[in-house]
Amino acid sequence: MDFSPTSDQVHIRDAIFRHCAQFSDDYWLDRDRSGEFPGDFYTSMAEAGWLGVAMPEAVGGAGLGITEAAIMMQAVAEAGGGMTAASTIHGPVFSLEPIELFGSDEQKARMIPPVLSGAEKMCFAVTEPNTGLDTTKLKTAAKKVDGGYLVNGDKIWITNAHVADRMMLLARTTPLEAVTRKTDGLSLFFTRLDRDHVEHRLIPKMGRHAVGSNMVFINDLFIPDDDRIGGEGDGFRIILKGLNPERILLGAEAIGIGRNAIQRAARYARERIVFDRPIGMNQGIQHPLAKCWMQLEAANLMVMKAATLFDRGEDCGVEANAGKYLAAESAFEACHTAMLTLGGMGYAQEYHVERLLREVLIPRTAPVSPHMILNFIAERVLELPKSY
Amino acid sequence: MKVLVPVKRVIDYNVKPRVKMDGTGVDLANVKMSMNPFDEIAVEEAIRLREKGAATEVVVVSIGPAKAQETLRTALAMGADRAILVTTDDAVEPLAVAKILKAIADEEQPGLVILGKQAIDDDSNQTGQMLAALMGRPQGTFASKVEVEGDSVTVTREVDGGLETVKLAIPAIVTTDLRLNEPRYASLPNIMKAKSKPLANKTPTDYGVDTTPRIETVKVSEPPKRVAGIKVADVDELVAKLKAMGVAA
Repeated sequence: MDFSPTSDQVHIRDAIFRHCAQFSDDYWLDRDRSGEFPGDFYTSMAEAGWLGVAMPEAVGGAGLGITEAAIMMQAVAEAGGGMTAASTIHGPVFSLEPIELFGSDEQKARMIPPVLSGAEKMCFAVTEPNTGLDTTKLKTAAKKVDGGYLVNGDKIWITNAHVADRMMLLARTTPLEAVTRKTDGLSLFFTRLDRDHVEHRLIPKMGRHAVGSNMVFINDLFIPDDDRIGGEGDGFRIILKGLNPERILLGAEAIGIGRNAIQRAARYARERIVFDRPIGMNQGIQHPLAKCWMQLEAANLMVMKAATLFDRGEDCGVEANAGKYLAAESAFEACHTAMLTLGGMGYAQEYHVERLLREVLIPRTAPVSPHMILNFIAERVLELPKSY
Repeated sequence: MKVLVPVKRVIDYNVKPRVKMDGTGVDLANVKMSMNPFDEIAVEEAIRLREKGAATEVVVVSIGPAKAQETLRTALAMGADRAILVTTDDAVEPLAVAKILKAIADEEQPGLVILGKQAIDDDSNQTGQMLAALMGRPQGTFASKVEVEGDSVTVTREVDGGLETVKLAIPAIVTTDLRLNEPRYASLPNIMKAKSKPLANKTPTDYGVDTTPRIETVKVSEPPKRVAGIKVADVDELVAKLKAMGVAA
């Protein structure tokens, strides 16, 4: 049991804070107001080699683990850009994993480097309007045709589909009625997002306005055989491999947002004078903030434990889910407490905590709801009967 | 031409230093430490000289605790070629630092030694000048511009009341001021590459330097708290007060 970060990890955290210092609070607030994609932030991170943190050196990455990716993404969120900054680069940082694990050498060489260099942006299209967490019921159909597949269907909550050049797509290659196991019949593709056959509609939403979430309508999109990752029908099992890393990263990012909110609140509490003394002198202000700090740091230990297990190749499902739950809940509490600490000013955009509060709802709900995590822990750890 | 850049591990510039309860110094336990910002500027300048073709190799050196290795790795990640760590747990005073640097310079024969003008922890502003004296070489301190031409270097210095330009014969000592350059951010590939760059471990004895302190710190205390100023009701009262204080006619 070693709780101290390695020298690499210290350097990564440090370097990210320095890098992100180029992008001020006002930059992120401006983007949140205008809804403009933070393209310059994306490009700068790609140019500095950060998108490939967890990719092998052979394809242009740094060959580090999910632990380092989590530390990096946490610092990205913690530096003030919150979920907007994290989601801007989230895709390349962890969603290329299926190609790395299951793609052919030709596919790895063709697909990964352009994304890591920033030349191509990608999106990850799994969830559908009628099948949220029930992934095995996906309806989007990829029909076998000569030389490839013809795809039709709808996807929802597809981050960055409106700016992406490539799409990682999970689609049904065998109808649900025709499969023996319900986890069969889905295939994974990484293909050009051809705007002649793919329409998108941005979903108006509560926060993170600069990183759009989309409805995606796929109409007769041809995908060549070469763009299928892994075997036909193996898509669901491939995707499953990426779920724990995604939870770990989201958890780490949530903690970054929570820490940032608490720092802002503590600074305000030290400086804001009411009745001739700083409001931070009052235990009514101090104690909730101290509690948030403890909860965030405890959650972080669970997230880092999950990351460590994952990188050692051990099972981390319980820890990854528990870590995501604890991180998101404590980060929400931290943002809320920060807002209350700032009083009326907490509601004003220029103090940035309301932005963090709006954004922290994302890791609280996604990629899996707190309810489903509680179900999972109840069944898997406490051996209670399945409730749904 | 080789460039030697000494770097110091200091309390991070963002951290508010706290004085130890017994007044013997600043509390460094669990405090974030970083490279002295002026040294970072020195590393950046050396790398730029190499990129321009004016220098061939950038060697960074740090004198301090074993953890100063982290500071050297940061410099290597920025782009320095190799590092020398002179490990000691003692507090090393500027003169001892200058003596060790002189010994290293004798071995390495750098064309330029670029140092931060001062470290932000003790604000001594002495090491560069002492090193120049010990080496018997010219110095250009508080540099805001450094240009190497052949066997000389032109240094623009930030002095009281303006800029002074001096031309020095190489080998020379340069100390950096804040406006010399804007240090780069380390990229991830460079952080990874830095791990395999050579780092030599030395001690002050290897260079025959006695680091025993010559100065005893008697007491360290917090700066006095600022007291509230005088409030005036209007401009007339302000003018009257200034006149009374003798600062306005």
